[in-house]
Amino acid sequence: MKFAIIVQGSPYASQSCHSALLFADAVVRAGHELTRVFFYHDGVLVANRLIAPPQDEQDISLAWQTFAEAHRVELVACIASCLRRGILDETEASRYGRDASSLAPGFIISGLGQLVDATMNADRVVTFGA
Amino acid sequence: MTSILFIFSGAPHTSLNAQEGLDALLMGSAFTDCRLLLLGQGVLQLRNNQEAERIGRKNYTPGFAALADYGVSGIACRRSDLETWHLSVEQLSLDVQVLEDKDCRAWLDEADRVLTFR
Repeated sequence: MKFAIIVQGSPYASQSCHSALLFADAVVRAGHELTRVFFYHDGVLVANRLIAPPQDEQDISLAWQTFAEAHRVELVACIASCLRRGILDETEASRYGRDASSLAPGFIISGLGQLVDATMNADRVVTFGA
Repeated sequence: MTSILFIFSGAPHTSLNAQEGLDALLMGSAFTDCRLLLLGQGVLQLRNNQEAERIGRKNYTPGFAALADYGVSGIACRRSDLETWHLSVEQLSLDVQVLEDKDCRAWLDEADRVLTFR
């Protein structure tokens, strides 16, 4: 079965990112296909490459990157949500005249069409709310 | 065609979720059959004459009026939510279907996908 996951909650401030990662792991372990994880609202903050949590806490951004690389899962952060929250890749940083980019490796910034596409083409869409 | 039911269940201007949910709904309606159901505090999204600028927010709620033009096939709220917030349909910014609770279940059943923004 094809799954798509939507993550809306802020890392650390909500359980959304972590619960979604556990669920994503369970999906691939059960032999299902995970087509895309779409980060929306405050969920995009997990794509901030400057996240530096205390050593005794999980690095949730790195955990997503590791998971995505191991299972070849696409991590898409919504561009409109990203721009509002300071998550910019080099192209957007240049476009908006910012002096640095902040997108973590393993994530891509794209539009809402990716959300609609994932919703329509997966057999199951699971949202982890804010 | 895969139909998508969007549910907004949060109050306006307390978070960005409905504003960004509206963006997603407009995008979705360009591709497929979409409906919008406002649940709980979500019905407050439709309150007319909002002055969000006074609290430093952009008033995105006029965007709801554009939904029909984008081909969104239904917009509804619950009668029980209107009663909770002491709202009449005259105080809403657009014409919506007012559903009994059991009709809400039918909307959920009829949708292929449900996306919730709270």
